[in-house]
Amino acid sequence: MSATERRGAGIVDCDVHNELDSTRDLFPYLAERWRRHVDAFGLGGYSGVSYPRFWDNREEARPAPGRKPGSTVATIQAGLLDRHAIGFAILNPLTPVARVTNLDLSEALATAVNDWQVAEWLDQDPRLRASIIVAFEDPPAAVREIERRAADRRFVQVQFSGRPHEPMGRRRYWPIYEACAALGLPVMSHAFGSGGNPITGTGWPSYYVEDHVGPPQSIQANVISMASEGVFARFPELRMVSVENGFGWLPALLWRMEAAWHVLGGELPHLERSPAEYVREHLYLSTQPTEEPARHADFRRLFEHCPELADRLMFASDYPHWDGDAPDRALPSAVPEDVRRRILCENARRLYRLP
Amino acid sequence: MGSEVTGLGDAAAVGWERVDCDLHNEVPRIESLLPYLSEHWVEQVKTTVFRGAPDTAYPPALFREPAMPADPLARLREEVLDRDRVTAGILNCTYAVDSLHNPDQAAAMARAVNDWQSAEWLACDRRLRASIVVPSQVPALAVEEIERVAGRPGFVQVLLPARAHHPYGSRLFHPLWEAIAAHGLVAGIHFGGAPGNPPTPVGWPSYHYETYVGMALAFAAQLSSLVSEGVFDLHPDLRVTLIESGFTWLPSHLWRFDKEWKNLRRLVPWVRRPPSDYVRRHVRLTVQPLDAPGDPRQLLELVDQLESDEMLLYASDYPHRHAGDVEADLLRHLPPALAERVCSANAREWYRL
Repeated sequence: MSATERRGAGIVDCDVHNELDSTRDLFPYLAERWRRHVDAFGLGGYSGVSYPRFWDNREEARPAPGRKPGSTVATIQAGLLDRHAIGFAILNPLTPVARVTNLDLSEALATAVNDWQVAEWLDQDPRLRASIIVAFEDPPAAVREIERRAADRRFVQVQFSGRPHEPMGRRRYWPIYEACAALGLPVMSHAFGSGGNPITGTGWPSYYVEDHVGPPQSIQANVISMASEGVFARFPELRMVSVENGFGWLPALLWRMEAAWHVLGGELPHLERSPAEYVREHLYLSTQPTEEPARHADFRRLFEHCPELADRLMFASDYPHWDGDAPDRALPSAVPEDVRRRILCENARRLYRLP
Repeated sequence: MGSEVTGLGDAAAVGWERVDCDLHNEVPRIESLLPYLSEHWVEQVKTTVFRGAPDTAYPPALFREPAMPADPLARLREEVLDRDRVTAGILNCTYAVDSLHNPDQAAAMARAVNDWQSAEWLACDRRLRASIVVPSQVPALAVEEIERVAGRPGFVQVLLPARAHHPYGSRLFHPLWEAIAAHGLVAGIHFGGAPGNPPTPVGWPSYHYETYVGMALAFAAQLSSLVSEGVFDLHPDLRVTLIESGFTWLPSHLWRFDKEWKNLRRLVPWVRRPPSDYVRRHVRLTVQPLDAPGDPRQLLELVDQLESDEMLLYASDYPHRHAGDVEADLLRHLPPALAERVCSANAREWYRL
């Protein structure tokens, strides 16, 4: 670890999970009408779409017996921010908002989650930043929520799940991107969360291990969609962030996109350049989980095969999840010092305009 | 193109024997199948608007020629078999029986397609081999069709569309794998599929472009499934070819899969070795469409990342067209011994030709 990192002079952690113990944590931020609704009908939404998780969060992050690890700011301060001298950490709460099919409830929950983030997280530690949670399946509602939060610059991006109901580039979502572009907010897609479709393009697999290797496929479908629909062409300022999806797949995706452009480009007259070029320019990615080739040279080659990666990749711990990475162990030693610094500090600082 | 990574001159590459692992025989029209359909289905075709299974993963833009030739076999001989010194070529008829939700209909059409292949292709050119078309959506009927056809001259493979109703490792398919293994056939998982489910984990995309680029994701999911469900543990000699899958996505998928296996292997205790180990042993990939980097040095690095000289199989994907030229963009950059393996030896061993 370099001196810079040891001082923590700017490590930015792009994926920290502030956990809800239960939906009832949101009750102080929900109208009476929705409290009664949740008590009477539950959350509703897609059924049979998720795999029971296997490992629990890190035990050290549990505030008290019976509570969920990562559910208080104190546990995240001690276990992550102080311990690893993190300069800024971005909170990406994983909530039921997007899988609730009642869109009014989805919007009410999104607002409540963001109020909860302000009161119980952002106001508690100046190192914290957060993603705006939105009911992205109801784009007008999502835009209302984005505009409600935009003045608070501690909200640094807009969060999608890994699997919205339709590919992210589809036109129905464009009002969200228009708002993001106008306000200088990147749109982020965090792995997992089902929008009602199976996690593979070939139906539901059986085992959690298959679910856990699935996010790279979901995000690639979203990236292909964003580029080929022309979202990046239409909103040149917009940046997309992929979180917890790995990144080793990026060079091969770009080659495939390039090759396909030569035979099927005629289908996309709304693009001036190959979709791959838009991706190189607009896509940022976070580290965890990092692909781990057995041969170190293979890891180094990712940065040769996609030179943009060194300026697009950003450190993420995924704290307090079981498979998280500490900043000093997030990257193989094969990564040169200047690239490491960009990944740990500079890329995120630049993208999110952090001080 | 840097000369330091060029393994061969063009002449040397062109001169080699080829085993072409992906040729397409297309059912030209429903009338072609009438001689091979039972009275019941002939009547359906003649007296109703039912015209078989016209679904296809190939838009006209992906064809080398706008119209199907009058004599497709003659054209195939002229354009591929004779011209490229193909000593054996495997036909993959992508007739979309998987799009037919009526199982009796799907089974009848599959039988007709296979009998048509036997009579009008395999019997006509000894260089040809073919894949058995099966109603994969109803594994019991797919097994029946394999039992009916396996052993006839020329059938070396069972064709399974990359997009299916369920991932192929699912227990629903285990009888199918038993039949494939018992008959010493290869399973050819092929680009496309029309199960009626969305082709991506996030629903239906807008463009062919997306389906074309994104098909690799379905292939990756099939590999995850086959390994995780223990299909290769149940059938230690099973051979699976991914056809029109590309191959440059595979190394990074395996890095991730191996990592997750280390973390989660107690969920699937029958998977005793790293997933990459199973894939190297049981899986091969055809080289067209070529999803390769423009820089030949990087291409060689990708080939090296497969950590096997045996995995790539030559294919032209005739009559479809793609951006990459297998000859110019791949073969001439490979070391000669490897290029020869890719051109013929790998496929000869794999398909026991």
